[in-house]
Amino acid sequence: MWTWFYQLASPKWFYEISRKLLPWFTGTTLILFLAGLTLGLLFSPADYQQGNTVRIMYIHVPAAYLSMMVYVIMAVAGAIGLVWKIKVAHIVSVSCAPVGAMFTALALLTGAIWGKPTWGTYWVWDARLTSELILLFLYLGFMALHSAFDDKKSADKASAVLAIVGVVNIPIIHFSVEWWNTLHQGASLSKFEKPSIEAAMLYPLLIMIFAFKFYFFTVLMHRVRTEILLREKQAKWVKAMITGETAYSASENTTEAK
Amino acid sequence: MAMKPHRKKKLLAIVGGVLALSVAVGLILYASGQKMNLFYTPSEIAQGKAPLDQIIRVGGLVKMGTVEHVDRDDSVLETRFVVTDKAMDINVTFDRVLPDLFREGQGVVALGRIDEQGVFVATEVLAKHDEEYKAPEVLDALERAGHPVKKDD
Repeated sequence: MWTWFYQLASPKWFYEISRKLLPWFTGTTLILFLAGLTLGLLFSPADYQQGNTVRIMYIHVPAAYLSMMVYVIMAVAGAIGLVWKIKVAHIVSVSCAPVGAMFTALALLTGAIWGKPTWGTYWVWDARLTSELILLFLYLGFMALHSAFDDKKSADKASAVLAIVGVVNIPIIHFSVEWWNTLHQGASLSKFEKPSIEAAMLYPLLIMIFAFKFYFFTVLMHRVRTEILLREKQAKWVKAMITGETAYSASENTTEAK
Repeated sequence: MAMKPHRKKKLLAIVGGVLALSVAVGLILYASGQKMNLFYTPSEIAQGKAPLDQIIRVGGLVKMGTVEHVDRDDSVLETRFVVTDKAMDINVTFDRVLPDLFREGQGVVALGRIDEQGVFVATEVLAKHDEEYKAPEVLDALERAGHPVKKDD
């Protein structure tokens, strides 16, 4: 069962498999965004209290969801890199950070824009908003720490430790609205009972969450591929590919056979 | 395939570290207690848990049938209402612009100070909305069917 695990460890293998997967992920992302945005912005009903303002939800909720999901992936990949010394794991971890930071900033920004007309304020220092802001700082800290080292290996290790430490913040963000009283309302989706959101709004929202997920994996693959090329620029397979792309892909199997 | 001992050790160190850190952060958050809350409830104020000499936030529902608009002597429109947590009530006055979502039965968080008469004089009122998302048509249908959704106290 460990074969796939060690295969993943090979940058070349990842580069090959991601090239085949990318068109599918890009296509799925586009279709999901088109469907989600059309349903959410044009065909879903306005809210009984908030009116059309509620449509910010179709961006805000997926962005906030992804901001946490990406962080967990970043930390887990960092931990795998530390334990098994897998190059690709560290590359995934490092590639997650800017994308995650972008989702976090988007969640904070759309939240502020949403907050003004509904709550009456852009920002309030409640537990939910503050812990999400800390998440942004964790991402930025991770990126700053990683770029502070000249040696990539030390950079990978140090930033992986930071990512793992910051994981403690994720349950705090999620449960902040239950543990303390906040201005931010409680969860509508991720609770065990029936979601407290109407089906005509729920489906576009779920589609948007999947669209964001596929967008993330598409962008992540692109970033990981670029990082692999940067780090493996001395490797034979990279040199072969760059000096003669056509010769490389045509003779891909024959060189293996030799 | 078994894990190599040095890898197992490292993995245990990471898992142990995260657990220890979680406990530490958990204790810090537990110790901060009330400070982590954005507002005091009317019950907490009644029990004397809120500092009365400071600017504080009070949160709860706007009690049904208590909102009144009064023209003050200095020709400012003042809104008076009662904030309740269904156990205790507190009188609130506010003379600025209310958020769109402010209405009876709605959650609010008010920033201000309690005066000598025990009235909470707010300088800011924020609307807290719940996690329910519904289309207006659904609400009408529910009301027609005799199941109004409006929360009452």
